[in-house]
Amino acid sequence: MKAFLILEDGTVYAGTSIGTAREVISEIVFNTSMAGYLEVLTDPSYAGQAVVMTYPLIGNYGICYEDMESAKPWPDGYIVRELSRRPSNFRSEDSIQHFLEKYDIPGISGIDTRALTKRLREKGTMNGMITTDEKYSLDAVLPKIREYVPSGVVKKVTLKEKKIWPGSGPRVALLDFGAKDNIAQSLNDRGCEVTVYPAETAAEEILAGRPDGIMLSNGPGDPKECTGIIAEIKKIYDSNTPVFAICLGHQLMALATGADTYKMKYGHRGGNHPVKDLETGRVYISSQNHGYVVDMDTLDRNVARASFVNVNDGTNEGLSYIGKPVFTVQFHPEACPGPQDTGFLFDRFLKMMEVNADA
Amino acid sequence: MPKNPEIKKVLVIGSGPIVIGQAAEFDYAGTQACRSLKEEGIEVVLVNSNPATIMTDKDIADQVYIEPLTVEVVEQIILKEKPDSVLPTLGGQAALNLAMELEEAGFLKENRVRLIGTTPDTIKKAEDRQEFKAAMEKIGEPVAPSAVVTDVSSGIAFTNTIGYPVVLRPAYTLGGSGGGIASNEKELVDILSNGLRLSRVGQVLVERCIAGWKEIEYEVMRDAAGNCITVCNMENLDPVGVHTGDSIVVAPSQTLADKEYQMLRTSALNIISELRITGGCNVQYALNPDSFEYCVIEVNPRVSRSSALASKATGYPIAKVAAKIALGYTLDEIPNAITQKTYASFEPALDYCVVKIPKWPFDKFIHAKRTLTTQMKATGEVMSICTNFEGALMKAIRSLEQNLYSLIYPEFAEMDTEKLKVCLYRVDDRRIFCAAECIRRGIPLEEIHEVTRIDLWFLDKIAVLVEMEQSLKEYPLTPELLREAKRLEYPDRVIAALTGKREEEIRGLRREWGITASYKTVDTCAAEFSASTPYYYSCFDGENEVEPAGTKKKIMVLGSGPIRIGQGIEFDYCSVHSVWAFKDCGYETIIVNNNPETVSTDFDIADKLYFEPLTPEDVESIVDLEKPDGAVVQFGGQTAIKLTEALMKMGVKILGTSAGDVDAAEDRELFDRILEECCIPRPAGDTVFTCEEALAVANRLGYPVLIRPSYVLGGAGMQIAINDQDIREFMAIINRNVQEHPILVDKYLVGREVEVDAVCDGEEILIPGIMEHIERAGIHSGDSISVYPAQSLSGEMKHVIVDYTRKLARALHVKGLINIQFIVHEGEVYVIEVNPRSSRTVPYISKVTGLPIVKLASEVITGRSIQEMGYRPGLWPESEYVAVKMPVFSFEKLRGADIGLGPEMKSTGEVLGIAKTFHEALYKAFLGAGIRLPKTRQMVITVKDADKPEAVEVGRRFKALGYTIFATGGTCRVLNENGVFAIRINKLEQESPNLLELILDHKIDLVIDTPNQGNLRSHDGFLIRRHAIETGVNCLTSLDTANALLTSLESRQEELTPVDIARIG
Repeated sequence: MKAFLILEDGTVYAGTSIGTAREVISEIVFNTSMAGYLEVLTDPSYAGQAVVMTYPLIGNYGICYEDMESAKPWPDGYIVRELSRRPSNFRSEDSIQHFLEKYDIPGISGIDTRALTKRLREKGTMNGMITTDEKYSLDAVLPKIREYVPSGVVKKVTLKEKKIWPGSGPRVALLDFGAKDNIAQSLNDRGCEVTVYPAETAAEEILAGRPDGIMLSNGPGDPKECTGIIAEIKKIYDSNTPVFAICLGHQLMALATGADTYKMKYGHRGGNHPVKDLETGRVYISSQNHGYVVDMDTLDRNVARASFVNVNDGTNEGLSYIGKPVFTVQFHPEACPGPQDTGFLFDRFLKMMEVNADA
Repeated sequence: MPKNPEIKKVLVIGSGPIVIGQAAEFDYAGTQACRSLKEEGIEVVLVNSNPATIMTDKDIADQVYIEPLTVEVVEQIILKEKPDSVLPTLGGQAALNLAMELEEAGFLKENRVRLIGTTPDTIKKAEDRQEFKAAMEKIGEPVAPSAVVTDVSSGIAFTNTIGYPVVLRPAYTLGGSGGGIASNEKELVDILSNGLRLSRVGQVLVERCIAGWKEIEYEVMRDAAGNCITVCNMENLDPVGVHTGDSIVVAPSQTLADKEYQMLRTSALNIISELRITGGCNVQYALNPDSFEYCVIEVNPRVSRSSALASKATGYPIAKVAAKIALGYTLDEIPNAITQKTYASFEPALDYCVVKIPKWPFDKFIHAKRTLTTQMKATGEVMSICTNFEGALMKAIRSLEQNLYSLIYPEFAEMDTEKLKVCLYRVDDRRIFCAAECIRRGIPLEEIHEVTRIDLWFLDKIAVLVEMEQSLKEYPLTPELLREAKRLEYPDRVIAALTGKREEEIRGLRREWGITASYKTVDTCAAEFSASTPYYYSCFDGENEVEPAGTKKKIMVLGSGPIRIGQGIEFDYCSVHSVWAFKDCGYETIIVNNNPETVSTDFDIADKLYFEPLTPEDVESIVDLEKPDGAVVQFGGQTAIKLTEALMKMGVKILGTSAGDVDAAEDRELFDRILEECCIPRPAGDTVFTCEEALAVANRLGYPVLIRPSYVLGGAGMQIAINDQDIREFMAIINRNVQEHPILVDKYLVGREVEVDAVCDGEEILIPGIMEHIERAGIHSGDSISVYPAQSLSGEMKHVIVDYTRKLARALHVKGLINIQFIVHEGEVYVIEVNPRSSRTVPYISKVTGLPIVKLASEVITGRSIQEMGYRPGLWPESEYVAVKMPVFSFEKLRGADIGLGPEMKSTGEVLGIAKTFHEALYKAFLGAGIRLPKTRQMVITVKDADKPEAVEVGRRFKALGYTIFATGGTCRVLNENGVFAIRINKLEQESPNLLELILDHKIDLVIDTPNQGNLRSHDGFLIRRHAIETGVNCLTSLDTANALLTSLESRQEELTPVDIARIG
């Protein structure tokens, strides 16, 4: 079946429908990872967005369900150049075609994803519509497309009831704004008992559990929309409990302590972004997925200082809070997909909890 | 960390002659590194014995030594030039070994020279099997159960503990020389004893066989601060068991989930960190296709063939970055040359698929075993880029120039299915075609997978291509079908054949339906950042993003494709220099080529690089877009020349010598007329098509005769026939392929062969020098030792040669380069071959004379005259230096190949000896070619009857040098009868003592065996030569070469003087 991707600037790409033949309007973002499509699909941070894979051959190794980063795929739509018709991998249990259908994800294949990516790079992230309606009218759909704003996405992706990963080590409270499973897994692998809380849990409730440390997860959407959560995070900050935050969590902590965030032209999504540890000068390749970033001009230097910076564009990639056992990063040390180079940050968090417990 | 200010002058060691396993990739790496160093204000001293390279140009380094790569010579250069550092990681295994020897001898420390780019400790840890194993165990990286053995019996004992089959890998050899897989004790003994002999340190690794696992490679970079990145990973279509240099390789990996991808990536970073490598490194893995189990196969602590491929596949300049790291920079300080917005500390993201296919020499060595093992056999490779795997594979297949344009292989197409199934078990260069034919016959993919272990994903892609063949055959050609066929990169000619239409019709339909190629940029970042680099590939399923910009006139230079015997790196040298010359003259330059190992396909050589197959259709698509003002074909060897006619049809002006004149030199009738008009004699001969005609001509001329197809390179298919039987055999071989052009039969004249390269501006000529061959005519010029200036020619002869050259160049209206081969027979000069294009000798003659011939030829093409450029026409004054070019062979890599020299070229590379005297130059050339004698002072002489009288003198001279001579029956008798004492030795299969035992016991350091021409070649002689080569014994097959070696040995060169060729001219 034919399908069309219509961008808010009126550009139309014609291709073939994949997944469910359902019309959808979303924000179109691109990801440059060459492997890890399932992890991308199941990363809750993509809620409210449709993802373009810049790598042209997707689905080659099928679906290995154990690699899912959450219970289901989240993107509103999926845009690829070519889906493999015959997956091959010893763990593959399913084809990506079937997976998309099973979870009701609409998508389009057979389009020039490079041309699309260039357009998004040049014009910035845009909204778009995926449709199988061959008789679409641009005049009718463009206003609708332009209107779209992703909202309420954290609420949509966070878990509904708290969940515990048993462990015998430090007790960590993980605030789920759309957490990838490997965050809890990385802590759990290090012996932590991880209690996952819904995003809007009150700080008091979390602190009442007397966790050794609190982890703020990644998640979708505009951080400034999460006003309630920001207020709770401020309380957590004030509690002097060790905090480690990733991505959205990092942005929310910055907002809670007085800094601002802004939307980037087209964001960072992929597995090849270099970040520099400003303390050691070491550069690590990181996995990233964010469209917003902390505005360093608004950061109170008495509150926090930059700990990581993006080597390519100089944007902030991490903050270290002064006088507080709090450190946050914009990138994804939990990887999945992407490089595992910064996994040591979880060890740093464990060390921080240990030191704090001794103090 | 900024640049280390103490590094001011660096000696860069090159990789020496092109041999199988060490090819042009090191010229590419070395050239890029030298330019990168010079950019930083470093004074660069270069040493490399290979004159055909771009790195040995005076524009690339400040001091250039084309000298033998031996410890003694490099020591002398260090003492003379006093560099503060040596950079050995860009010259392959050869340079690394040399650096190790310098270090172990304490020479570097003594002279306060530091090794940069690596440390002795790193080299040892990566290269020494035992230390490597220990290092891997320390960091918990799995390696296959293995043991290093130094003798055969412990090899057997160890294998008995882990079970057959086992893989054998000799330490410190290149291209896996001497390695292999042994399935039983006999094979083990064979391969192991051979491997022990070939290893520099007498060590062989015996390892559990993991054949059939996925073979995955990672290219990793690390700086001194410890920052690491992976440039790219690659997956071999051929599972473990086939050397990666002989495998079809895909980038990035296709069948690895992120979990496997990251597991191996993390492992590669751990390894490069543990080995403390500063620069580039290649890690090869075997990955169990049914689990997460993996093992590290090998680590190359240096720039390698794979890194050249990774550089071209991603656009990330590994050698350049490695050089900067060696100077002390960290990855985040080095800008990414492509985006100029990002830094070297990021990992390329590909938004296309890359396929590499090796180029094997089996068309040259028809008797060599085609089986692919852990010992590399390919001489070169092609790479292609497309938005899908099928397209990339199709492009790569036609880039190989083997007359195949799809997965249809005639031999398999005619085979019955049962036989085909048997063929599928053969692991050779045709396996993928065999698999395709199996799919065509309906054999299930699973069955093919069971036999080949090729991943089902790849097999399914082959099936997609096979299905397209069927669709084209069965269904009407709709726009949709044609569009899909083009997306899969089916060339028009194949679509035409399958649809029963003509190629022009298909092209017409494409135009009508708007199905044309688009071009995309290789930008390292999957379009995330804007790229300023003009590095392009085509596809049929996307928007075109290339703007044919500029107001300058545009020249398109056609490259020379994959490195093969007969068309090597020399043509890349010419292509690159012509690009530079045209740029200097103010033209916009466009290069089209498909060889990832070369300098010409570096994105900063021409103004635009199209990485594409060199077929008429592919070139036409570029022409349609770029509309060049002209094309130059005379620098890209036969590959480019072959495109002349097609380019003219497209309306592209051929710059330089016209196509008609090129044709005149190849067309026998036209050429004979020109010779007649110029009153230039040539050996008598005629053109024939059939065997009967050939026999008639041969008998009229009288044997011996030379027989060959026209329009071929490197003397392909050329043979000397001494009787009717030979003619029948050779004609049958030549006519196996349908010949479009007649076959030439010429009288074979014995005499001195002389060669000339000249620049002609249509009127005047400039000859840089006259070269003379050591071997008599009959041995291909590329395989002969060539001496400049000619040593035995009288002034009068030289005058005649210059006169003939001028006449021929004028008669052929040459604008640019011309190469002429003469023969001096009984005091008379004959012309035997004229090529109005660049030749193999151009780089070497440029370097010894200091004349920038390619630049001059390019300027001539743009309309300048020799006089205008400030040169006096005629023969350039002879240099004060003598240069000897010596061919280098790779016979030890090609089991079953006959090493006997003849009219068909067999050498893979060359070295140069340059000195003030002929004797020193000759000595250097032998040394550079790896012939270091005497060792045991025991030799074998066995010559054909015709050579027996001459062998006496050869024997006498070796005696005088203290040699003990062993000889077989007839030769022995002649020697003894003439007072040269020789010990009679039995031939191969006879009782002890026989020749084979002598050779295998390392008692011999030289074998002289001159084979009979034609079918008188005995099987015994063949076996003697093969055994000598495989045992590492020097083997000469011509008495002329033997005499030259004697001259060199007798001259006893005690002290060699390195010559800085940057000071010449």
